[in-house]
Amino acid sequence: MSEAPAVPPRYLDSASSEPLHPAAHQTLLAALDAGYADPRRLHHPARNARLLLDNARAAVAEALGVRADEVTFTGSGTEAVHRGLLGLVSATAYDAPVTHTDVEHSAVLHAAAWSGRPTTVVPVDRLGRVDPDALRSAAEALGVVAVQAANHEVGTVQHLPDLPEHAAVFVDACAAMGRLPLPDRWAAAAGSAHKWGGPAGVGVLLVRHRAAWLNPFPADDRADHRATGFENVPAALAAAAALQAVVAERGEVNARQHALVDRIRAAAVAIDDVDVVGDPVDRLPHLVTFSVLYVNGERLVTALDRRGFGVASGSACTASTLEPSRVLAAMGALTHGNVRVSLTRDTSEADVEAFCAALPEVVAELRS
Amino acid sequence: MSEQPLPEAALELDCRGMLCPAPIIELARRIGEVEVGGLVAVVADDVAARYDVPAWCRMKEQVYVGEDVAFDGVPRYLVRRVG
Repeated sequence: MSEAPAVPPRYLDSASSEPLHPAAHQTLLAALDAGYADPRRLHHPARNARLLLDNARAAVAEALGVRADEVTFTGSGTEAVHRGLLGLVSATAYDAPVTHTDVEHSAVLHAAAWSGRPTTVVPVDRLGRVDPDALRSAAEALGVVAVQAANHEVGTVQHLPDLPEHAAVFVDACAAMGRLPLPDRWAAAAGSAHKWGGPAGVGVLLVRHRAAWLNPFPADDRADHRATGFENVPAALAAAAALQAVVAERGEVNARQHALVDRIRAAAVAIDDVDVVGDPVDRLPHLVTFSVLYVNGERLVTALDRRGFGVASGSACTASTLEPSRVLAAMGALTHGNVRVSLTRDTSEADVEAFCAALPEVVAELRS
Repeated sequence: MSEQPLPEAALELDCRGMLCPAPIIELARRIGEVEVGGLVAVVADDVAARYDVPAWCRMKEQVYVGEDVAFDGVPRYLVRRVG
């Protein structure tokens, strides 16, 4: 490998953003021309837009197995997290606590901090699974409990223990929505369309029928009282089309991706002093994180990119914050030399084999 | 972090100003200089060291003893060589 070979780039960062699903692409183009009007107006173009928005809501509800009136479209997954979590908080007593796991997405952490409520952080084990006893005892207090569906960095799936009936459970499902069924227990939940192959700029907020939820932000007079701002009707419809397609395909796609990720895990373990992180089995199908001892994460990402592999990293030197990944730290994993590889729906066996062949060479180069 | 000072180390590595993974490379390179059972201290201001020194100990089967601070307030991570 003297000169950079002319290979097409292989995008292995779907956990940051999945390429647009063909179903979304098609729907988006069609809806751009039909869904421009204000869905609240009474004229014909407006009624068309309203119909498309209602169709999008119904399709998302069907794909997720929830009621249509439980679905709200937001401007992003982050906004859905903020509205979901803080709306539950707003419906509790003024001093009720917020409990969350130590591996939640920063959107949850920032929202919890912003709430001004007392916060309890529940630890996780080496695989990233929340401590069920600690979670149960923290949930004894009358408050909100935030537990992600699956972890965005390491893939570990969370399973809720039996929690007291009064606990208002918020589920950040941004990493898992479409790929895995929703957990059973939630009063509010959040998803992000560009993580399942919908367009960016669409989040999904779920608020359970009859759940105690109050709008935590200034109100608006839109079609949906939980949302604010003019609805992006074409994008919502495209997101819904992608979600339906992903749910329909996930039996086949998940099995294929799970096996391909097993292959990457095996290739990483075969290299000396590599810490492969997260639950090897009970995990998201499409992603894996590992840390390479003695190697700088930024150099690793750059060297892989030079060979055509686009991957993410949770190492401090690759983050804007200069802080290493909280998730890795909470799990006791090595934080430097970190790489997250996540497969798109089109990632092939040949792509994965090429990555598995390049990885030990890149690590050897960087360690020499 | 701990209130009580930890025991003195046979070898103290000054990793002030080094970024990840340099302090860990230094630890790996020099731990052999202490006897088995002896202590090495890594003095590092890079925040990743707080997680990476214990993780290194787990991966390399050494014992992480704990954290205190050096005279200038910089965190000091203590490792016992067991093999």
